[in-house]
Amino acid sequence: MGLFILRRSGVMLLTALCLTFIVFFLTNLYPNLEKLAKTQGNFRMSDEAVASWLDANGYGGSMVSKYGQWLGVLPGWTRETEKGFTGRCMTGAVSAEEANEAPTFCGILQGDWGYSTRFKDEVSTIIAERLGNTGRLMFWVLVLMVPSALLIGVLAGMREGSVTDRSLSTASILTTATPEYVSGVIFIAVFTSSTVGLKWFKGTATSAMDNPTFENFFLPVLTIALYGMGYIARMTRASMTEVMTAQYIRTARLKGVSFHNIVLKHALRNALIAPFTVIMLQFPWLLNGVVIVETLFNYKGFGWILVEAAGNNDIELLLAVSVVSVFVVLITQLISDIGYVYLNPRIRIS
Amino acid sequence: MEPLSTFEIAGRIIYQLSPVWFSLVILYAASIGFKRRLGLYGKLFDSPIGMIGFGLVMFWVFTGIYGAMDMIITHDPLVQVSGMKNKVPGTPMNGATEADYPYYLLGGDNLARDVFSRLVKGAWEVIKIAPMAAVFAFMVGITLGLPAGYYGGRLDTTLSFAANLILAFPVILLFYLLVTPEIVATGVPNYMAIVLFIFPIIFVGVLLNSRYYTRPKVRNLVLPLVLGIIIWFYLQLVSNGGYLINTPAYSIPGLPRVMDMFDIPGGILVVFVSVVFVNSPTVFRIVRGLTLDIKTRDYVAAAQTRGEGPWYIMLWEILPNARGPLIVDFCLRIGYTTILLGTLGFFGLGLPPESPDWGSTINDGRKLLSIYLHPALPPAFALLTLVLGLNLLADGLREESLKD
Repeated sequence: MGLFILRRSGVMLLTALCLTFIVFFLTNLYPNLEKLAKTQGNFRMSDEAVASWLDANGYGGSMVSKYGQWLGVLPGWTRETEKGFTGRCMTGAVSAEEANEAPTFCGILQGDWGYSTRFKDEVSTIIAERLGNTGRLMFWVLVLMVPSALLIGVLAGMREGSVTDRSLSTASILTTATPEYVSGVIFIAVFTSSTVGLKWFKGTATSAMDNPTFENFFLPVLTIALYGMGYIARMTRASMTEVMTAQYIRTARLKGVSFHNIVLKHALRNALIAPFTVIMLQFPWLLNGVVIVETLFNYKGFGWILVEAAGNNDIELLLAVSVVSVFVVLITQLISDIGYVYLNPRIRIS
Repeated sequence: MEPLSTFEIAGRIIYQLSPVWFSLVILYAASIGFKRRLGLYGKLFDSPIGMIGFGLVMFWVFTGIYGAMDMIITHDPLVQVSGMKNKVPGTPMNGATEADYPYYLLGGDNLARDVFSRLVKGAWEVIKIAPMAAVFAFMVGITLGLPAGYYGGRLDTTLSFAANLILAFPVILLFYLLVTPEIVATGVPNYMAIVLFIFPIIFVGVLLNSRYYTRPKVRNLVLPLVLGIIIWFYLQLVSNGGYLINTPAYSIPGLPRVMDMFDIPGGILVVFVSVVFVNSPTVFRIVRGLTLDIKTRDYVAAAQTRGEGPWYIMLWEILPNARGPLIVDFCLRIGYTTILLGTLGFFGLGLPPESPDWGSTINDGRKLLSIYLHPALPPAFALLTLVLGLNLLADGLREESLKD
């Protein structure tokens, strides 16, 4: 088990390195840098002015050396200008003594995530703040999604082919067919607009960042939860129907155990192994949903900064966003693998 | 003129769609009549869920095709008519002449364009991209997944690692990185197109060669002919205006313009490529898993004993026996591709801003959602019903294929 986790962590680290390099490569392609220079400097810059701006701000040089600097394994760049020394590890122009005192390496390995050109702030503070908002959203999504999906799946899979099964299965197909931007729009139209007139909820979740209430927070949570719910419910149903046809359930039934007890005591525990992995693997999709819903409901969280950073080619923020999301995805995969081994006695013992 | 009542709107929409109803009735009558001779497709008409799903899908397919032929639409989807901004469904058209259709059936959007016509044209945007993207994703996934599952070992490790790498990427981040004008200018999507579109050539080439290599006469006739046509199409697909890649810094010449019958606009190409790119790792994993399962069967061992080559076994023994789950996944994948295209439109990526595709229309409509519902809701329901249809179809197919 220890070796397994170690090997998986190694693969995980390699994956993260490859992915961040891809993001780095794509954001540092010349047309992207040119756009960045023009938005940061001015839009009428000549080609030479763009080149000198890029060089003065450390965007020159080879892709690999810049990536190494970002990672913190190569020394950060320094330039000598009329105003003093500038560099990756210094803020603004500083004198020679201060430049000597500044650290040589400053990448993410040293805990320095860089500076956001879009928000004019340290990337680490932005990420921490926004991730908190999204964390709250995700928590309530999971609280709503997981129990209801499992309940629907178990109820549907209990008696295969019954009316309950048919209607619940159709309902879960319906939710998997409704992406967030469709269900969100429908919910906003039905529950918040003055045309329909129900006005039960608020159409934006902006106020939920400081003060989440049922009124302003339920719709975004529901929108994300619904899309994932159908898939988990269908997996639970499949696993439940499989368990219900197993030999030991038939034995229990022939012994005269009540249906209630068969479901709760014999079937449920074995039927919930597969959905566990599915829930864990659902995280990458939830991340997608978060981006859409945060845009739709104007909730400024992690997904919102992804859109902002990508739209403005904010390289270091974008890299930080991808590092965080890639780690979320890979860690949930790891947990799902370990959990599967742990939950399934057949694998655990052999 | 008076605005139309709800019933009149519904009646007129149903009348406008009459070619679609006509085609659906013919299709269903023919399919149900001959269903015993049509294999899995015929069996679909035994399951009510499958029939409903197939009906929904074909409804949008016909709507898209006829819409592209300008049959159903009532107005030009891009033309703005003054005085029709945000007008409710059934409003008479402002200043309509004899030649114009007198009403905006589903109202006007925030740029005073006809919502109904845009909806119909939007169906074509999906129908022309989603199935083809799914086909290409399957070609890539199958061509890589079969050897990974069959040979295993280092090849499997490498390919699986690459697939997991793409899967670990949040899809939206990938889209934001790939589908921007700056990236298009560097030619990255063209390189990806060149690589991804090569897989169908490999697939067909190996498929035919492994079948006919014992009969050189047939092979020497069929293989060059088929491959020649496919490669010609491939070159037409990847070369644009005489160049494979044409960036300000450098360019690589491709097929001469004389032989190039069609050009794909850069925006559509990048959308297509990124959708294929996102979908193929999942197909790869499914095919690999199925291959791992099927290669332990007796008929594979029998083929190995007969001395068949590995590619013959993969393509003519394993692949046909994996078709059930693959067909089901194909339907689901078209649905997922539709959702992805909608996502791209929703974030305003790739497709031109005037484009009538459903995602962009939903995004335009949502800004005024608290006052005007009619621009955003029709495309939302359209997307919902199409994806629902594909899911139900997949469900019906799964049930029927399990009955054997």
